Amino acid sequence: MRNETLELDRRQFVKLGAAAGGGLLLGMYQQDLPAQFGGPPAAITPQAFVHIGTDDIVTLTIHKPENGQGAETAMAMLLAEELECDWNNIRTVFAPVEPIYGGPLQGTFGSMAVRTSWDPMRQTGAAARQMLIEAAAQRWNIEASECRAENGFVINQITGASLSFGTVAEAASRLSVPDDIPLKAPSDFRLLGKPMKRRDTKAKIAGEAIYGIDFELPGMVYAVVERCPVFGGTVSSFDASEAMAVPGVQDVFEIPQGIAVIADNTWAAMQGRRALKVNWNEGANANLSSEQIHSELVELTGRTGAIAADRGDIDSALADAATTVQAEYAAPYLAHAPMEPFNAVAVVEADRCEVWTGTQIPGLAHSSAVEASGLPADQVKIHTLYMGGGFGSRGGGSWVAETVEIAKRLSGPVKLTWSREDDLQHDRYRPASCVHLEAGLDSDGWPTAWSGRAACSSFAGLRNGLDREAVVELANPNYEIANLHFEYHEPGIDIPTNYWRSVGHSQNTFFAESFIDELAAQTDKDPVEFRRRLLADNPRLLRVLDIAAERAGWGQPATAGSSQGVAVTNCFGSFNAQIAEVTVENGRVHVHRVTCVVDCGRVVNPAGVVQQMQGGIVYGLSAALRGRITIQQGRVEQTNFHQYEPLRIDEMPEVDVFIVPSDEAPGGIGEVGTPAIAPAVTNALYQATGQRVRSLPITL
Amino acid sequence: MARMSLKVNGRTLTVDAEPQMPLLWVLRDKLGLTGTKFGCGVAQCGACTVHLDGTAIRSCVTPVSGVADGEVTTIEGLSADASHPVQLAWDDFDVPQCGYCQSGQIMSAAALLANNPNPSDADIDAGMRGNICRCGTYQDIRGAIHAAAEQANSKNGEEA
Repeated sequence: MRNETLELDRRQFVKLGAAAGGGLLLGMYQQDLPAQFGGPPAAITPQAFVHIGTDDIVTLTIHKPENGQGAETAMAMLLAEELECDWNNIRTVFAPVEPIYGGPLQGTFGSMAVRTSWDPMRQTGAAARQMLIEAAAQRWNIEASECRAENGFVINQITGASLSFGTVAEAASRLSVPDDIPLKAPSDFRLLGKPMKRRDTKAKIAGEAIYGIDFELPGMVYAVVERCPVFGGTVSSFDASEAMAVPGVQDVFEIPQGIAVIADNTWAAMQGRRALKVNWNEGANANLSSEQIHSELVELTGRTGAIAADRGDIDSALADAATTVQAEYAAPYLAHAPMEPFNAVAVVEADRCEVWTGTQIPGLAHSSAVEASGLPADQVKIHTLYMGGGFGSRGGGSWVAETVEIAKRLSGPVKLTWSREDDLQHDRYRPASCVHLEAGLDSDGWPTAWSGRAACSSFAGLRNGLDREAVVELANPNYEIANLHFEYHEPGIDIPTNYWRSVGHSQNTFFAESFIDELAAQTDKDPVEFRRRLLADNPRLLRVLDIAAERAGWGQPATAGSSQGVAVTNCFGSFNAQIAEVTVENGRVHVHRVTCVVDCGRVVNPAGVVQQMQGGIVYGLSAALRGRITIQQGRVEQTNFHQYEPLRIDEMPEVDVFIVPSDEAPGGIGEVGTPAIAPAVTNALYQATGQRVRSLPITL
Repeated sequence: MARMSLKVNGRTLTVDAEPQMPLLWVLRDKLGLTGTKFGCGVAQCGACTVHLDGTAIRSCVTPVSGVADGEVTTIEGLSADASHPVQLAWDDFDVPQCGYCQSGQIMSAAALLANNPNPSDADIDAGMRGNICRCGTYQDIRGAIHAAAEQANSKNGEEA
């Protein structure tokens, strides 16, 4: 009898025994999270990831929410490969918030779903398979080694007889979980590494997929919240009389975040909100402006900051350099603007709080709901639904807290819906950054020194005075440069910030890859050749660059009259090179073609990788061309898509994605396409116009 | 509040609504047809696209009183079982990522092809540029529309 223990290490599973209704339940350990997310959980309560019913249906619990990045499909593939179930007999459910699914940050972020699940999911599937085989072998009175599993059946290799998984699941559940489970050799993969259609496509094209915003409960009322337009402002007083007179409006009351309007449908709530009269304490940020922020950031880049990197002797290297190059670069605040505005449904009673929402980080949604409800953690449940995009915004903090605050004051369920204006004006933004860069070149034009300072609000908090994300690729450039020195300033601006697709890379790759191009241009070196030599010790990055140059026909653009620009990035464990072909017509930038080469190690679903690289490019290109959140009098100026216009289909370049075959451990993919497109385009613009773009969005 | 009769997806439904309530919210909150999505409320994003007498409209800025006795078709009514040629092509190309914009994309594409069975890339750009996709599925959308057009044309060719 296996000793059930609450503490799991990587090699142990704890089996729960027969599930209600029969079948096999199998727990799974939690892969160590990278150290900056707190490391491995100390003590885990085992939970089920796989349920095999006596009806042969395999129910997989997905602990990585689906926000479009394909996690649902990838997790199912990882399991099914080793489990040897029938792919068409799989159902998926999203995990409740329980420690085994990831701890306080249970969820998907950092392009980590596949790379943290690669081993555990396969081992879970393999363990279940072994137990099913053992159960069948016992029934046949033969050795397990004389059986194999295939497509949902255990096959007796002596007689050719077979038993379906469902038939032996109950017996398997009474067996011990094996300690040591050999995994398949990659050459034996049937699913992994081959393109797989997404599991959610059919529901989404029929209009049947339920997103948070679609969820309904009987007796549900509808809410919107009016928040102070100035960052950090609070309610001074309000007059709800006209709001209450709007047909359908039932109630108006204050919550910590603003004024909630409750109605019997969303539209009435929105109309009620327009009729509110609110006096605000605008507070300390009432005069905050983009101009002021920008000049503060620039001023900081002229002052000594926290040291993020120091190697060699930067002062001597710069003093001795044949040439020094300096430049100032800048990038703005950016909103995430997922297509589905934030929303949640919540119900709060004396001893229960339940929330239904699309969230990237159910663990965070849970802790927000616990705090807002005041209930113990085990009385708070989060139900994770599909999301209409996340891009780093959908952690589950702000709107979940608001919905619970509202539900606390009502006797039944309530749905809170954010408007697009709310989304753009009350986001937590990709922070603006100003950077001063300086390099020293030898007499042949090769860099001997790389130095600079970044002033950029921390993405999510400082550690030892630094935010590593805010200086990534600047403090640790990809290129072999002997003398290095980089400093960082946290400017203390009272605008909320958050991870945004590719985080620090989203602006720093633009800064670094533009500046490297500037250095090449000092002695008229070809941008690809310049990088090649400086990447000699970085073989995977060099390889994607070489393949991209070949595929793009570097030096001979396919688009007549276009100019080419190149950029590379190493982020989230993967390596990417992009070459853009660009023309300028009537003062407008046209991106015709993008060659994108990615090395993300072993691939689970190549179709998913292509989707994410294309999607990441579009997200980055949108930002490069028009992305800018500006602040005047403490409030965001942009209200809706006409003032924050994403890329549209008529601006979509032809994107060619090539995945480098690799045996390396899986790298991330969700964010990897975003960083390199802006500098690839602006480096091309330099070739086209002779003008160096040093701030985004691009203005010619 | 007014009681009105609406023709939606081939059925006549009775609903109580303010006359100026946008059709989008009548569909979603009153009729439980949540396939049509809210993205911006100002006709900038196309997520709310439905057909009115076969023409693509943005339901977020169409007051329900403006529908009168027109035939409204939503994504749920485009076909019985996701078998419209556009939906079949969307499935073949595995177009959706988050999928939230895709009801609107499909409705716009269906209207485009109904009016122009053989659209060029420029026609597709013009007909579809009102539909934003933040996940960036545009290349697959274009491919799927061309495929749906070819499929429909070859079928017609066989019948001829």
